[in-house]
Formats: sequence, structure tokens, C-alpha cells
Amino acid sequence: MYILKIISKNTLRHKLRTFLTILGITIAILAFGLLRTLISAWYSGVDASSASRLVTRNSISLVFPLPLSYKEKIRQIEGVKLVSYGNWFGGIYIDEKNFFANYAVEPKIYLDLYPEIIIPPDQKMAFYRDRKGAVAGRKLIAKYGWKLGDSIILKGTIFPGNWEFVIRAIYYGRDKTVDETAFFFHWDYLNENMKKTAPLRADQVGFYMIGVTNPHIAAEVAVAVDKTFKNSLAETLTETEKAFQLSFISMIEAIVIAIQLVSLVVIVIIMAVVANTMAMTARERFGEYAIFKTMGFRGWHIAGMIFGESLLITMVGCAVGITLTFPVAHIFATELSTYFPVFNVNTKTICLDIAAALIVGVVAALFPTYRAIRIRIADGLRRIG
Amino acid sequence: MLTTSGMALVVFVFASILMLAEGLQKTLVETGSYDNVVVIRKSSVSEVQSGVDRLQASIIETQPEVALGANSHLLLAKELVVLISLPKRGSDKPSNVVIRGISESSLMMRPQVKLVEGRMPRPGSSEIIAGNSIAKRFKGSGIGETLRFGMRDWTVVGIFDAGNTGFSSEIWGDAEQLMQAFRRPVYSSILFKLRNSPEFEKFKTRIESDPRLTLEAKRETRYYKDQSEIMAKFLRIMGISLTIIFSLGAIIGAMITMYAAVAHRTGEIGTLRAIGFQRTSILSAFLIESLLLGFSGGCIGLFFASFLQLFTISTMNFQTFSELAFNFSLTFEIIYKALLFSLIMGFVGGALPAVRASRMNIVESLRAS
Repeated sequence: MYILKIISKNTLRHKLRTFLTILGITIAILAFGLLRTLISAWYSGVDASSASRLVTRNSISLVFPLPLSYKEKIRQIEGVKLVSYGNWFGGIYIDEKNFFANYAVEPKIYLDLYPEIIIPPDQKMAFYRDRKGAVAGRKLIAKYGWKLGDSIILKGTIFPGNWEFVIRAIYYGRDKTVDETAFFFHWDYLNENMKKTAPLRADQVGFYMIGVTNPHIAAEVAVAVDKTFKNSLAETLTETEKAFQLSFISMIEAIVIAIQLVSLVVIVIIMAVVANTMAMTARERFGEYAIFKTMGFRGWHIAGMIFGESLLITMVGCAVGITLTFPVAHIFATELSTYFPVFNVNTKTICLDIAAALIVGVVAALFPTYRAIRIRIADGLRRIG
Repeated sequence: MLTTSGMALVVFVFASILMLAEGLQKTLVETGSYDNVVVIRKSSVSEVQSGVDRLQASIIETQPEVALGANSHLLLAKELVVLISLPKRGSDKPSNVVIRGISESSLMMRPQVKLVEGRMPRPGSSEIIAGNSIAKRFKGSGIGETLRFGMRDWTVVGIFDAGNTGFSSEIWGDAEQLMQAFRRPVYSSILFKLRNSPEFEKFKTRIESDPRLTLEAKRETRYYKDQSEIMAKFLRIMGISLTIIFSLGAIIGAMITMYAAVAHRTGEIGTLRAIGFQRTSILSAFLIESLLLGFSGGCIGLFFASFLQLFTISTMNFQTFSELAFNFSLTFEIIYKALLFSLIMGFVGGALPAVRASRMNIVESLRAS
């Protein structure tokens, strides 16, 4: 009890210094939390992927299409329950800055494959009935102020021309990991136009989405699909949705690693600041520690005092930092929605925050404690002079 | 000591991010030449998305603005650009690599590109040459090795060095052969050298209003600059926000140290004031101390950051979706910015404590000792 009192009194002895240190930790924890959230935002597509979905694409690379005729062949493979297909459309809305993901998909089975995309039944019917209809995510609708029935134009980059769509449905995600900024429309609409303007490019799809009957056989199904099309003009590469998403992240791995490093550097910097504070504090109090020792307190009492103070400061800073992380992350989420459709602070980040603060508190106290315990009573007392 | 190393770290991060953004920009800007024109399909943004059919290509070929090279050869190349996914050496992770089908004049129009090993691919054969940063990092792309794509084996017969440009991250082969292999009967882009540089505007308006063509023309420098825009912006935003956060931390560290220094020397300050030093001298003494702290941190940070130039970063350019390798590059502007930044940190961190020191009452501060 008394030790707690003495720790809190000690902490408040240099109010300004303590305040500045806490402020430093708050900023560091805030930065660390945001950077970790940024990394998890990149992995959000991986978290949202399901184990029972496979993606099939051309084995050369994503830019090459596959013939539509593969659909029936894939459906005959054992273990395949549903097959849908689509194209990355890559349309631009007014200006290149307004980026959002837009796909042409075969909608009925696609939506069956994605139970986490929720559309009100009447809107779904309206979308199915209108060939020019499109579905947009809740956040995307809010961002551009669209309404049901609005018609919008996307400028095609891969498929030339101006494409007109009518917003027929708004979807929202079953949980927070679902990207609510995507836009998709009928593949038939795309295909019929391609038949007219570029017949060579018609009846070609960018990817097949496959739903397997049982997630355990996903790997075998993937091998079976690729084997079917081996040595054909368009060989396929089939992988689980998770692996597919991860392959994107591995391409920007350098950036992810840089951010991870930077988030560690933040912690090291703040460690230097806190260690500096603790070292100064302990140095000023060597005389007191000597007196404590004279009165019979043992080394671990003194260690407890220093560690307690260091941890108290870091924990207060950590608590404030975590509290601030949420509103700041919210601001980032709205500002950066183009880059990161999903930007949520998750519990793992918070645990890491706390762990980092603990480590900083302990490491910062180590050296001063060592000095304080080692000091001989006479030397400590002499220092007062 | 701790404060200086904290500042050094901040300056290190600040400088390295500036160096990274600079390196990226340099790479993409140097990739193009001002007198070259890239023609791609309207609104297709990059060569990968573009498609130019043979008829349109030959219309461009006959334009009067195209320069003639030695032995009255047209300085014009009809090129094919596609992405293929190749596994990296070591990790086996696939990444998208640009493969460019070239014509005879492609090399002549790009003086930055030099063959360093082996020979050029013979037209009409399954031979390719690889950029040096590809040859180093991707499986099967070293000289003498083979790559398999488009149902054929392609032999790497040469390695080219394109300096700090995007071409170092490409593989080149014969355009006609690659078009066959990929079953893609259209070119991706037409590149030509202008006979007369100022004629560009005239050419642009003419072909963009020609009803037979659905193409747009850009100067090559402009084309590559547009390609790096999003990436450079991303790096810049990230860099600035990180630096602000980091510098706040370092400033706080400096402040704590300086406040402690002031508190420690209360007696000295009193003595100095008593023997006639002005408040301003005390103020400047502490400010200079803190500036020195910042400056030495800055120098240490820069010293370590300069070693980063030895590293090459390779990542995916969001816009073209392909692998791009670039170096950290240290310029005088960055050195100057980083040192200025460290001085500012020192100044801000030291200002308040110095003011406090200069305001001390002589008698009280003497008593405090």
C-alpha cells in the first residue's frame, strides 16, 4: 500500500517532466497503433476471404483472360459446387483520383458465393432485372452521394468507351471485414458490348470464382482444375481466395516490411525518451535510495519503486494513446477510403500496444535500477552534498 | 546521449523517406526521354491496358513527324507490353514482371539502355534479354537460363543495364514472336522519336481528332511521370505523417533533457547572472546547446541514412501493377532539409527551457544551490 503511495508521489515530483514523458508515450502508442492498423488494413482482404472459395485465373498473369467455355468444364469437376466468373473492369469515375474497385460479374451465383454481401431482396430483384443495373457498397454510395436509380458513367480503361450504369442496389457487409466500397455489374452487359465493338475479346473472362462443397478438399479441387486445362492455350492457376489475396500483398511486401520496421522504430525512440527520464529521475534520487537502504529496505524494494514509477508513466501514456487511437483511426478511415476500404482497429493491435508499452516501461527502468541497487550506501549519501 | 540518438533516429527516418520518394521519382522520370512520344489507346492510362491494332499502328508510322535514323530507318517502334508472373529467386513468391516486345528501333530510341552481357535477341526467335534487376531477382532470368511462358521456352541471351530507370525491371523480346505466343494480335503502344521536338502539339491534336484512330499521344517523360503519381503521393503522405509524429516524440525528448539541464544548473545560472551576464546571453547559451544537440543528432542520422543508398527496394507500382526496382537516392537538397529539420527540432525542444532559464530570479536561483 505504502509503496503505491510513494510511487505515485514520486511520479508527481516533476510534474512537467512526467507530463512530457506521458505525452511522448501517448504519441508513440498512437503512432504504433495506427501503423499496425495500416498493416492490418492491407491484410483485410485476406481476413475476409473464405476457405471454401477458389480463384482461377490465367497462369501467365492476371492481364490474360480465360475462355468462357471453361465454365462448364470446371463445373463437372468433383467437389465443385458453384462457379461464377467475372472481369476486373477498371473503370474510372469522372477522374482517376476517384478510384474504387469495379467488376463485371455473373451476379446470381456470385452473390450465392458471397453470403457476406447483403442486399435487400427487392433491390436484388431490381438489379437482376436491369441489364445496365449495378450494385455499389454502402460506403461508396455515401462517398459520392448516389441514390438508387441514379445513372452514372464509368470511363473504361481496359474496355474502351463510356459505360452507363444505373444504381439498382446497395449492399452492406455482414461484418466489419467486408469491403463496402466495391462496385459490380452484369457481365452480360460488358460481353454484349464487346461482341459489338471488339468481337475478338468477347466471351473471355478474367477470373472464375469456384465454391467447393467442403473446404477440406479445396486443395485437391484446385489441382484438378489446373490439370484439366494443362497444355491448353490458356493454362489456369487456381488457388484459394486467401492465397490469391496474399499474392497481392507479397508484391508490395517491401512497403509492408518498411511500415513494420518503422512501427518498431517508434517504440525504440520512445524507449530512449522514457529511459532518459528514468535515468535522470534515478540519478537525482541516489541520496534517497541510500537513506532507504540505511533504514533497512532491500534492493528489491528500490527496484519496485523505480519499476513501478516507470510502468505507471508508460501505462498512463498507453491508456491515453489507445483511447485516442479510435477517433484518429476513424478520421484516417474516411480520408483514406480510396486506398484502404477497410480500416478498423482490431484487438490484436490493442494487445500489441499494451505489450509495447510494458516493454518500454521495463526496459527504461532496467539501467537506473541496476545503478540504484549497486550503489554503496556511503557513496549514495555522499552524492547529496 | 539518449536524446541525441533519439534525434538521430528521427532524422534517419526523415531522410530515408525523402530518399525513397526521390529515388522513385528519379527512376520513373529518367525512364522517359523528352523527344520520344508514346501513343496508346485513349483513356487506357498505361501500356498494359492499351491496345493498338495493326491498321492504326501503320497510320502512325506514316505521320510526317516521325524522325528518321541512320540509313533512313524510321525511329519508331511498335511494342507489346504484357505482364507475366514470375517466381522470385529464394522466396519463390510470384510477382508481376513487365515483358516488352520490341522492334528494331526500340533500343536506338532508348540511349539509357545498354547491353552489358551476351547479345541482342535475333528477330523471329524465342530469345529474350532481361534487365539487370530482373536477372538478379527472378528465377530463370539469368543469362543462359530459360523461362517458360506462352507454351514456349524462351532463352535469356543477354542482360541489359538501364541505369536507374524502369526498364531495368523489364524483360525484352521480339514483339512479333511474343504476340504469337500470347495470342494477342494487337500492339500495346507505339513509340517514336520526334523529328522536331516542338511539333508534338501539332501531332497530338491531329491524331487525337482523327476519326480512324482511337489513340492518344504523350511525351515519354510525361507518360512515366503519370505512372508514378499515385505511388509517389502515397510515399509522400506516409513520409510526412510519420515524420511529424516522430519529430514530436524527439522534441519531447529534447525538452525533457533541456529542462533537466536547466534545473540542474540553477545555481550556475544564478552565478552567471550575478556576475553580470544578461538574460539574453543565458537564453542563447541554452538555445545553442539544444541546437547543437539537434545538429549532432542530425549528422549521425544522415551518416547512417547515407548507407541506405546501397540498398535497392523492389515493390509493385500500384498503377501499372508491375514490379519496379528503385534505389534510395541522397541529394544535397535532402541533406540540407534533414539538417534544417534537426535544427528546428533542437530549437523547438530547447526554446521553452531556455526561456525558463533566462527568467530565473538571481537571488532565488543562488539560494537553490
